[in-house]
Amino acid sequence: MAKTSSIRWTLPTLLLAASANAAAMPLNMTRGVTEISQEVYSLHMLIFWICCVIGAVVFGIMFVSILLHRKARGVQPAQFHESTKIEILWTAIPVVILIGMAIPASKTLIAMDDTSAADVTVQITGSQWKWHYKYLGSDLEYFSVLATPREQITNRFAKGENYLLEVDRPLIIPTGQKVRFLMTSDDVIHSWWVPAFAIKKDANPGFINEAWTRVEEPGIYRGQCAELCGKDHAYMPIVVIAKSPDDYAAWKAGEETRIAQEKAAEQELLAMNMDMSELMANGERTYIAYCAACHQPNGAGLPGIFPSLAGSQLILNDKTAHIDIVLNGKAGTSMQAFGRQLSLKELASVLTYTRNAWGNDTGEAIQAADVYKVQQGEGE
Amino acid sequence: MAQNKPLIGKLILIALAMFGFGFALVPLYDVFCDLTGINGKTAAVAATGDNAIIDTSRVITIEFLARPNKDMPWVFAPEVQSMTVHPGEIHIMNYLAENPTGRMIVGQAVPSVSPGQAALYFNKIECFCFSQQQLAGGKNMLMPLQFYVDPALPAQFNTITLNYTLYDVTQAWAAQQPQQNNIGE
Amino acid sequence: MSVVTTEPHDHESQHDHEHEHHDHKPGGIKRWLYTTNHKDIGTMYLVFALIMFFIGGTMAMIIRLELFQPGMQFVEPHFFNQMTTVHGLIMVFGAVMPAFTGLANWMIPMMIGAPDMALPRMNNWSFWILPFAFLILLLSLFMPGGGPSFGWTFYAPLSTTYSGDSTALFVFSVHIMGISSIMGAINVIVTIWNMRAPGMTWMKMPLFVWTWFITAFLLIMVMPVLAGVVTMVLTDKYFGTSFFDAAGGGDPVLFQHIFWFFGHPEVYIMILPAFGIVSAIIPTFARKKLFGYASMVYATASIAILSFLVWAHHMFTTGMPVFATLFFMYATMLIAVPTGVKVFNWVATMWRGAMTFEVPMMFALAFIVLFTIGGFSGLMLAITPADFQYHDTYFVVAHFHYVLVTGAIFSIVAAVYYWLPKWTGFMYDESLGRWHFWCSLISVNLLFFPMHFVGLAGMPRRIPDYALQFADFNAFISIGGFLFGLSQLIFVWVLIKCARGGVQATDQVWEGAEGLEWEVPSPAPYHTFETPPVIK
Repeated sequence: MAKTSSIRWTLPTLLLAASANAAAMPLNMTRGVTEISQEVYSLHMLIFWICCVIGAVVFGIMFVSILLHRKARGVQPAQFHESTKIEILWTAIPVVILIGMAIPASKTLIAMDDTSAADVTVQITGSQWKWHYKYLGSDLEYFSVLATPREQITNRFAKGENYLLEVDRPLIIPTGQKVRFLMTSDDVIHSWWVPAFAIKKDANPGFINEAWTRVEEPGIYRGQCAELCGKDHAYMPIVVIAKSPDDYAAWKAGEETRIAQEKAAEQELLAMNMDMSELMANGERTYIAYCAACHQPNGAGLPGIFPSLAGSQLILNDKTAHIDIVLNGKAGTSMQAFGRQLSLKELASVLTYTRNAWGNDTGEAIQAADVYKVQQGEGE
Repeated sequence: MAQNKPLIGKLILIALAMFGFGFALVPLYDVFCDLTGINGKTAAVAATGDNAIIDTSRVITIEFLARPNKDMPWVFAPEVQSMTVHPGEIHIMNYLAENPTGRMIVGQAVPSVSPGQAALYFNKIECFCFSQQQLAGGKNMLMPLQFYVDPALPAQFNTITLNYTLYDVTQAWAAQQPQQNNIGE
Repeated sequence: MSVVTTEPHDHESQHDHEHEHHDHKPGGIKRWLYTTNHKDIGTMYLVFALIMFFIGGTMAMIIRLELFQPGMQFVEPHFFNQMTTVHGLIMVFGAVMPAFTGLANWMIPMMIGAPDMALPRMNNWSFWILPFAFLILLLSLFMPGGGPSFGWTFYAPLSTTYSGDSTALFVFSVHIMGISSIMGAINVIVTIWNMRAPGMTWMKMPLFVWTWFITAFLLIMVMPVLAGVVTMVLTDKYFGTSFFDAAGGGDPVLFQHIFWFFGHPEVYIMILPAFGIVSAIIPTFARKKLFGYASMVYATASIAILSFLVWAHHMFTTGMPVFATLFFMYATMLIAVPTGVKVFNWVATMWRGAMTFEVPMMFALAFIVLFTIGGFSGLMLAITPADFQYHDTYFVVAHFHYVLVTGAIFSIVAAVYYWLPKWTGFMYDESLGRWHFWCSLISVNLLFFPMHFVGLAGMPRRIPDYALQFADFNAFISIGGFLFGLSQLIFVWVLIKCARGGVQATDQVWEGAEGLEWEVPSPAPYHTFETPPVIK
C-alpha cells in the first residue's frame, strides 16, 4: 500500500485546478482512532493479503499453463478430467482458510456488541437532509446541516478544503469515554457513518439502532450519510469533534446557558415588530438554508415531487394554513415541522419572505407574535 | 406433449406459492422478531405481570425517549428521562402529550427498544402504544405505561432504552370513520 | 426493433437447404411478431439485450460525466438518482437477463437434441411483453417529477411515501418483467426435463444446460417474491397498507428482508449461466475435456441452495442481533467454497491442454481472472466488521461491477463470439474481435479497479457530488468509463460485419468443439433435430 501522493500525471492539467487544495486521497481503509476501528483495519488487511496469496497461486498456475500448454508450442492435450483426491483437497483447503478468517471476524463482531454502560449517550436522528443530535439527560439538542455554500456546489466559487464535508454545528464528544449513539430517522432510511470510528449504522424511521465508540485522540472526524435518502443524499455530511473531557464539559455548559438565554430572548421578541426589509433579508437566508433544497431557490419546486411556492394558493389565500404547514409540517409528505427546528424570528422571516418573493406579492409581514399565536392554537 | 402439462402445472404452482410466500414473510418476520428481538420490536399485546419474582440483586437503568415524528405537532415527553428498576418490579411511567394546534389529532406511538435482544425481556402490562390516542386541539393528557423487566434478562444488559416515535395518523383514522365530520383541517 | 429486420430474410432461407419446404415463415416484421421458432426468439432476445445494454450504458455515461469533476455540472441530483436507478434496472433486467434467456433459447434445444423449446407460443409471448415493460420504465422518466429515483433496490419508505408517481409505472413494469422471466424459466425447465434426445441423460448434459436448469428454478422461486414486494410497495403508496410504514405498525427493514430474499438469488441468476458458458468455452480451446464435470454440477446446485440463506449480508448495517449477523456471515463465506471449486476446475481444465486463444477464449480467460477478483472483494464484504466500512461505498460498486460486467457480461460476449459462426454461418472478423477484447479489457479495469480505492477512502455510492480528495480518481474512472463505452461500438461493428458475410464457417467451427450444436450445419438450419439425434 504505497502512499502514492497523486495520479495527476495521467490526467490533463485541467484537473489540477479542481484538486489543488485537496489532501491526497488515502489508498486504503482508514485505520481510524478507536480500538475497534483498528481491529477492523487489521481484519481488512488480513483478508486482503489472504486473497492476494490465493490469487497469486491460482492466477500463477493459470498463467504458467497459458504460457506452456499452448497449441503453438506443439503440445498434445492430456486426457485426464477428474481426480477425486484433488477435488476433495481443494474443497477442504478453502474451508480451513475460511475458518481462519471467521475466528478473528467473529471476535471483532462480538466486541462491537458491547452493551456496558455508557458515559455519554447521543440520540441521532436523520432527516432529509440533515442530522439532529440530542444529548440524553440534557436540554442540549441541535441540527447539523451542510455548511458548504451553494455557490461552491454550482462551481461559481472555488471549492474549499472540506468541500461537502463541513457542517454548521458538529457533534462534540469527549475523548476517553464511552459514547453511545442511538440512531433513528424522521422520514426515510439514512445511515450514520464515520470511518474513523468504524461505525456505520442505519437510521430507520420508527426504530432505534445502537452503536458506540471510545475515541482516544482529540480531533475532527468527518463522515457522510451512507444510505440513499433522496435528492440531496450527497449533501448531509457528519462532522464529529472529539474534545478532552474538560473541554467537552466546558463546551456543554456554555451551550446549555446559551439555549436558556435564547429561550428568554424569544419571549421579548414577541413584543417586537421587525420591519419588512429585515424580515425579507433574514427570510431569504433561512429559505436558502432550510427550504431551497426541495422548493428550489426560485420557489418553483420540482413538479411532481415538491410543490411550487410561487403562486401557491395556500400561501396567497390562507395565512394561517401557511403558518401552520411551516410550523407543523404535512403528514405523509416530505414537509417537516419546522416549528421545532427554527426560532420564532427565523420562522417569521421565512414566512414573510415566501409570502413576498417570486411574485407572491401579498405585501404582508409576519411577526414573531403571529407565529406564536398559531403555535399556541389561537390562529383564528 | 402430454407429459408437459403436469410439469407446467407444478412449476406454475411453485411460482404462485412463492408469490404467496413473499406475503407470508410479513407475519413470519413478526414471529421472527418476537423470537429474536430484531429491530427492538416489543410485543404489541399486554403481558401479565402476575407471578414475576423480583430480583433485588440487579439494577437496570431504563432510559425513556419520546420523539414526535417530524410532521407530528404534539409535544410529547416522558415525566422523567430515566429510572432504575429491579427486574420483576412493576412500574408506571407517565408520558405527557400536548396538542398545541387548533385541531384534533390522532397519534400512534411506535415503540422500539435498544439493545434489540433486551426487547424480549421488556414487558408492558398496559401501554398507550397499544392503541391510537386522540387529543383535541389545545388539550393535554397523561398517557401511562405499566411495565416490568423480565428477571431472565441476560446479565450483559444493564441499560434498556425505550424509544417512542409518535406519528400523526389522523388521516388513516379518519378514513376508517365514515360518519366523522368534525375533523379540523 | 428495426435492427432485427436488418438481418436479410432471404439470405437466411437460402441456407435452409432441405428444410425450406416446411418453414412457413411469413415475411418481414410478421415473421418476428408471430414466430415460435426458438432461434428467431433467441435472436430477438439477444438483439433486445444489446439495445438495452446501450441504453443502460448511455445512462452510465451520464453518471460518469457528472462525476468527472466535483460540483454539479451537467445534471441535477434528482436526475442523477434517476440515472443510477434506471441504469441498474435496465442492466439487470433488460441486458443481462434477456441476453442469457436469448442464449438459452438458441442453444439449449440444440445442445440437448430437441427440435424446439417445449412451449413455443409461450416463448413468443414471454419475449414480446418485454419491450413493453421497458418502454413503460423508460417513458416514466418523462413524467412530471421524473422516473424512479430510489435506486434499483427501491428501499421503502423512499420508494413509498417519499417517491413520485412514476412508482406506479415502475411497479407495473417490474411485474411484466417478472412474468416474462417466469414464463421463460418454465419453458427452460420443461424443455430440459421432457425434450432431451434419447440417451441424453442428466449427467451427459452440457454444463450450460445444467446451469440454466438450476437458474430457471431460482427464477421461478424468486421472481414471484419480487412481484410480491413491488405489490406491497404499490399498496403502501396508494392503498393505505402499512407493510413498511412504522406509523401503521409496519417495518421498513422488512422491505429489505423480502427484497434481498429475491435479490441474492437474483445475483446467482446472473452468474450461473455464465459459469455454464465458460465451462463450454475453456475445454473447446484447451482441446481437453472439462475437469470435474460432476463436481461442477454439484457446485452449481450448492451455490443455488446457499443463495437462499445469505440474503441478510446485504443488511449488516440495519442493526441485526449478533447471532443472526454471525449466521449470515458464515453462510456467505461458505459460498466461496463451491465458487472456488469452479475456478480450480477451469484452471485444471487448461492445465496440460493445447490452448489456442481465439476471442471467445480470451474473454473466458479474462472472465476467470476478473470474476475471481470480484469474488475476492465479495469475500471481504462477507466479513461483517469490515463490511461496516465497505457497505454502500464505491468498494461495493467495484465489487458488483467486477462480478456483473467482467463476469456476466464478459461471459455473454464470449458466448456470442463462440456461437456466432453457428448462428450466421460466417466467421467473425478475428482481428476486430481482438481489438474489441483488448480495448474492453484495459478500459474496464481503468473503470472499475480504481473504484476499490475510492471506496476504501470513504466515498459513498449513489452520490452526484463528492469531496475534493476523490476528484483525481473519479476523473480517471470516468475516462475509463467513456473508453469502455466506446469499445463496445467495435462489438456492434463485428456483429454487423459477421451477419453480412465473411469466411464460411465449418459445421464444427472450432477444432476442439464437442457437443450436438456443432453437429448441425453452419448456419444452423431453421429447424434442427426434427428427428432426435443418437447420443453415443
